Amino acid sequence: MRLEPRESVAFGWQVGAPLLAVVAAMAICSGLILWAGASPLAAWGLLLKGALGSTFALTETLTRATPLIFTGLAAAVAFRAKLWNIGGEGQFYVGACMATWLGTGMIDLQAWLMIPFLFLSGALAGGLFLLVPTWLKTRLKADEVVTTLLLNFVVLLVVNWLVFGPWKDPMAMGWPQAAPVVDSAMLPVLVPKSSLHLGFILALACALAVWWMMRFTVWGFEIRAVGASLKASTFAGMPVGATIVRTALISGGLAAMAGVSELCGVKGYLTLDLSPGFGYSGIVVAMLAALHPLGVVLSAIFIAIIYIGADSMSRAITISNYIADVTTAVSLLTVLLAMFLTRYRIRWK
Amino acid sequence: MSTTPLLRLSGITKHFGPLTANDDISLTLHQGEMLALLGENGAGKTTLMSILFGHYVADSGSVEVLGLPLPPGSPRAALKAGVGMVHQHFTLAGNMTVLENIMLGTEPLWGFRRNSARALAKLDSFMERFRLHVNPHALVRGLSVGERQRVEILKVLYRDARILILDEPTAVLTPQESDHLFATLRELVNQGLSVIFITHKLREVMAASDRCVVLRHGRVVLETATGMTSAEDLAKAMVGANIPQATRTPHPPGDEVLFLDGVRASAPDRGANLEELRLSVRAHEILGIAGVSGNGQTLLADLLSGLVAPTGGNVVLRGQTVSRLTPATMIRSGVGRVPDDRTGTGLVADMTVMENLSTEIYRLPGFSKRGMLNFKALASRAAQLMDVFDIRCAGLGAPVRKLSGGNMQKLILARVLSQGPHLILANQPTWGLDVGATAAVHQHLLDAARRGAGVVLISEDLDELFQLSDRIQVMYQGRLSAPEDTATVDRARLGLMMSGQTFDHRGAA
Repeated sequence: MRLEPRESVAFGWQVGAPLLAVVAAMAICSGLILWAGASPLAAWGLLLKGALGSTFALTETLTRATPLIFTGLAAAVAFRAKLWNIGGEGQFYVGACMATWLGTGMIDLQAWLMIPFLFLSGALAGGLFLLVPTWLKTRLKADEVVTTLLLNFVVLLVVNWLVFGPWKDPMAMGWPQAAPVVDSAMLPVLVPKSSLHLGFILALACALAVWWMMRFTVWGFEIRAVGASLKASTFAGMPVGATIVRTALISGGLAAMAGVSELCGVKGYLTLDLSPGFGYSGIVVAMLAALHPLGVVLSAIFIAIIYIGADSMSRAITISNYIADVTTAVSLLTVLLAMFLTRYRIRWK
Repeated sequence: MSTTPLLRLSGITKHFGPLTANDDISLTLHQGEMLALLGENGAGKTTLMSILFGHYVADSGSVEVLGLPLPPGSPRAALKAGVGMVHQHFTLAGNMTVLENIMLGTEPLWGFRRNSARALAKLDSFMERFRLHVNPHALVRGLSVGERQRVEILKVLYRDARILILDEPTAVLTPQESDHLFATLRELVNQGLSVIFITHKLREVMAASDRCVVLRHGRVVLETATGMTSAEDLAKAMVGANIPQATRTPHPPGDEVLFLDGVRASAPDRGANLEELRLSVRAHEILGIAGVSGNGQTLLADLLSGLVAPTGGNVVLRGQTVSRLTPATMIRSGVGRVPDDRTGTGLVADMTVMENLSTEIYRLPGFSKRGMLNFKALASRAAQLMDVFDIRCAGLGAPVRKLSGGNMQKLILARVLSQGPHLILANQPTWGLDVGATAAVHQHLLDAARRGAGVVLISEDLDELFQLSDRIQVMYQGRLSAPEDTATVDRARLGLMMSGQTFDHRGAA
């Protein structure tokens, strides 16, 4: 068995192959559903209905997709420059902490000022936070996969200390949570009686902005060049160091905006379970989207559909909602395989 | 040659999509014969040998070894039949010793222990018999390119190969190492083995082979005993027309554009350190730097590219001492740089032709404004350069990875020359290029010198240096000899200086 690179790949296949891969993943997971004693068709039907079947379901799905778009973009930008930022989870909480620190009474502005202010300061904090491992990488050649990953736990422990200690809300009846953000910091709801909030629009705007930056600007060109070949970009006299710093600021900032968005859009106060691993899921989202900023939106919605749908499915029939984790994991593998096969063909013998 | 041929390829045809890489190729190889497979890049040489070795499966045609057909697509069967291949890019593990590399893959996968003593004895006997000496216990990482190639050859011999295929074996070797290699191959042939080597260098064919086969556009266009042909005929068959030759018109030198005054530099993994370099290049002049690879040429190239800063001495560009050497400052000071490593250093292989033509100028006014790239300007400039420099590719949006070596080099030259440099550094500019592309590169350098640029040409190919340079300096262990006029220099003496004998480094003024 051998791999031969394909000379050229039709655009249709580049888009179609990942979609087919998702179908294949669902087929594989159907085996598990059968094993659990249910009909796969019914299960997938329930899943889709639960995620898209009503206005409420749809808004739930898009609400869930919102932080995934932010963290997915964070990973997509960084990975494009070959800066392996696995620290989205930590930057998420840095953003949430910043919004808690500034937004729980220290500063109160009118909503139209307060919301941009919290997003910007959160993004700045997250970006600066990612500069630490970036600096370690460029100066000491410390592997950022390790440092960014480990910093996630450092941040979680600090959040743990904050919500049990200095930031603990005395009004929360002993629950480990910080005080709620002021009303002007809460993101307006887009659809009445739903949880879909302004953060979704901001996430879409960020996706467009990132796509535009990568494609049309000097910075985007430099990020892509540095990622594609550090050696050649250095030789061509590109500002490689500045590009990596810039990438880190943007990536860390985007991940932190997910934290601000969840804090001010959904929960209202900081807890230790504000993120069920949005930072890590962002990596999956970015990989499923082949690091394309607009693809990130689609893959984030896809993953949200699976999770929201699986919750509702597991309530209707006796299948654990762990099927969502399995489905996303299998999808990731099949999509990566499909993208690989669009670039190479296998020759048997 | 009346006996059954050792190897017979008949009617080999292979398509890659719309491209016909091999078109009904037949050839034979006899025992004790050295066959040269000659052709321009993309003529189908490597594809043919890959089919023979089982890496590719031919669409039609067959391979026979001693009259027995070889099952297609099985490197294992090819190995078993005694066909061994030495690739252009070596496939050795740097962190293992020579012996371990040679044993790799010959031992049973689940064996409990390796019989190193027996392997060593076998290897020793081969080294003795073919006079191919390498220290079997040395780590491959520490070996020179020539030694690594010897390991590759030993690896193939160790597997009892009777037919050796070498893909562009001299592409990475110095002239001396090449001579050594061909002496070795001759020894193998004298002892009854057979050799096919792929090349596009006519001199090697004429000097070393018994018979040669010329491929063009996937077909055999000439098959003859080497003694019955001439280099001119071979070149004509290879290119399909008379070969273009760069022409040099001497020009009186102008002002000094580069002066290195006692420059010292060092960097890990870059061969010799630079010691007290003195050299001077004037406008309209081409200064050749000769030398065996690993004597500091890479470091000199890195220095002039702005990748490495000197630890002592001065770099003076057009009378101005450069204080901070970076790639960006060198570009801004009018230094055009043609690196030896085209795909890794010179180009971003995964980006497009247009993007690669833009990497040194996109920040200039006119090409970007307030952080936005001006695609219209970049594209029209790129289209113009593609046209002027005859870069052949699928279009501005084609990834550079898909270009041939010659077109890659033309792209780099286009990027460099379009900025009107005062000084051009060209490090091994025709390395691995075919005849046509080599002539084009030479002509571009000569034209640039005529227009007033000074050129530093680093090359291990003495022919090239003699053809292009006005003066030549020899580099040996990080030092430079005094410059000599090409017109009067003695070739044999240069050769001696390159090997460190009678080397004199009083330096240039």
